[in-house]
Amino acid sequence: MQWVDTIIQGILLGGLYALYATGLSLMFGIMKLVNLAHGDLIVLAAFVIVVLASLLPPGSGVVLALLLSLPIMFGVGYGLQVGFLNRTLDRDILPPLIVTFGFSIIIQNGLLEVFSADSRRLPLTGWESASLSVASGISIGTVPLVCFASAVVVIAGLNFLIYRTAIGRAFRATSDDPETAQLMGIDHRRLFAIAAGIAMMVCAVAALYLGLRANFDPTIGPARLLYAFEAVIVGGLGSLWGTLIGGMIIGVAQTVGAQINPEWQILTGHLAFLVILVVRPRGLFPKSEG
Amino acid sequence: MTNRISGVSRRGFAKRSIAAGVAAAAAPTWTSTVFAQSSKPIRLGYVSPRTGPLAAFAEADDFVIKGYLETVKGGLKIGNATRPVEVVVKDSQSNPNRAATVAKELIVNDKVDLILVGGTPETTNPVSTQCEIEGVPCISTLAPWQPYFIGRQGNPGDPKTWKPFSYTYHFFWGLEDVIAVYTNMWEQVSTNKSVGGLFPNDGDGNAWGDKVVGFPPVLDKKGYKLTDPGRYRNLTDDFTAQINAFKNAKCEILTGVVLPPDFTTFWNQARQQGFRPKVASVGKALLFPVSVETLGDAGNNLSSEVWWTPNHPFKSSLTGLSAKQVADAYQQSSGKQWTQPIGFAHALFEIATDALKRSADAGKADAIVAAIAATDLDTIVGKVHWGQKDLPPFAQKNIAKTPLVGGQWRRAANGKYDIVITDNKTAPSIPVGGQMQPIA
Repeated sequence: MQWVDTIIQGILLGGLYALYATGLSLMFGIMKLVNLAHGDLIVLAAFVIVVLASLLPPGSGVVLALLLSLPIMFGVGYGLQVGFLNRTLDRDILPPLIVTFGFSIIIQNGLLEVFSADSRRLPLTGWESASLSVASGISIGTVPLVCFASAVVVIAGLNFLIYRTAIGRAFRATSDDPETAQLMGIDHRRLFAIAAGIAMMVCAVAALYLGLRANFDPTIGPARLLYAFEAVIVGGLGSLWGTLIGGMIIGVAQTVGAQINPEWQILTGHLAFLVILVVRPRGLFPKSEG
Repeated sequence: MTNRISGVSRRGFAKRSIAAGVAAAAAPTWTSTVFAQSSKPIRLGYVSPRTGPLAAFAEADDFVIKGYLETVKGGLKIGNATRPVEVVVKDSQSNPNRAATVAKELIVNDKVDLILVGGTPETTNPVSTQCEIEGVPCISTLAPWQPYFIGRQGNPGDPKTWKPFSYTYHFFWGLEDVIAVYTNMWEQVSTNKSVGGLFPNDGDGNAWGDKVVGFPPVLDKKGYKLTDPGRYRNLTDDFTAQINAFKNAKCEILTGVVLPPDFTTFWNQARQQGFRPKVASVGKALLFPVSVETLGDAGNNLSSEVWWTPNHPFKSSLTGLSAKQVADAYQQSSGKQWTQPIGFAHALFEIATDALKRSADAGKADAIVAAIAATDLDTIVGKVHWGQKDLPPFAQKNIAKTPLVGGQWRRAANGKYDIVITDNKTAPSIPVGGQMQPIA
């Protein structure tokens, strides 16, 4: 029974990693940009949600604050892309990488200046410690379950956007061949800005669960980023469902490792990542075999 | 593909940003007074983690330093001369390498007479080590003495090689005090004596969980059964394995030394998965009221070691103000709740001032060190007196212990948490505010 519990908890943990990773995966898939400030942007979103929640009348809940934060984070993503990242995108992948590294430092210290080093948590309503008892010895926390469901909904929604809509077609075209897409009249810079905006909206959703599961402070972003990177790579670059599967693999590997010995928790996650890199260097579901 | 930026030229923007950065990065030097600079000022260096993950430890620094400079604005009378006091503040950025670098800057560029440092072993150790190498006196606090003393030894694994230091002095409490405080608190609650231990793989976790100097041998002796699933990594997102181990062992007591975000993750998951101990005494995570507040109602009756509160019956040797008055002044000036490091930051300046006044010749490092070693001062955190018998012989010279008691966080009607002292067997002079209550 304990092993069943361990695997269920690992899968739910994978949902969290997948939410952390989806924005990263999206930005890489569309503009080939590795965003090193991704973790810090999630923390930024968490602070935005905290501030909004404190402005709303008490009791209206964090979900409303999240909904209000979505357009703000879209604006942040759009602004960063237009103001900075678009200016650095070129054949050379290094300048945007370094710019996002700079963002990471600026966001951390900016938040520290404004919000101090106090650790924060999203306003609580009591459901963060609620759980469903499935069988004896197995109880599933409500928040992890809702978090996993959110990851599935977010990824399904993004896939619909990318494969079923006009703007999604433009995303795919630009991702495949930016020069030709431009010849067809697509303004790739505007498109990139929209993609960055959407990625930041996903960050806001991830921030909600970051703030519900544990407390956060301005400097905690990078620590949460490593598993997100691994999830993206295990799943295959550019594939969003792959990112979810990748997150689940890392999550289950970690909880199973920890069940054997807590000292192995992180190690087994990394080992699973290495094994998949060796067996399938392009990840499990790479977007194209080219 | 090249980009032209309209409006602001890229170079101009870069120049301006750099200028702003340099201005912001310049270390503040605060002088006590606009003295006619006839007598050479005494310079104190102060290193603390003002930014980064440890910044909560340094939050009260500006308040303490401003208050201190106000007190000594007439200068310090040392021997026959009255000399103005300057404090040069440096930020360690919560990074041990950076801490060592700024300590060196204080010594070489600012030519400070004495360095004061607080804020976990990550700050005290590199700074003290630089001072020891350069022969500059240093007083430190806010780190249990074991990681400070043993962590700075050439071979921490072999007690026979441990040597005392010549220039660096430390005051705080030790692991043995935490263990005593915790077990005293647990004895007030009826439990099955089965203890779950959460020890991370870092300096503190390894020391607390150590089979020789840590919790395991003492708990064994006192009849407790410890379940220690092993060292986990900090900032973990999942504690299912630990929770299952504690549930299997039917633990009714939880202990450990856990980072605040990890404790929130653990405590939430424990409640989700039905692990509800009667007592939880945890170090580090429950230090600051804001981190307990983040737990909501689930924070009520969590317990922790207590180094200093406004109810401690001590007063400042500098200003004569009581612990309560100092804490109230902080709350008034910052609008924030008091925290434990305030008392210790204040005490650093008390001890420095006392030692400088007694040093025959404040220009000389050796005179200052001799005065520090001879300190016997009642400070706002209790008596500080080096060379006492309450420590193993190798540590007596450089370590002075301040009293430690245990307390429980209780939620007030306004949602704020306050710590109530529930056990004072280790320091009877500090009044208790209530009895231990089991966690609901």
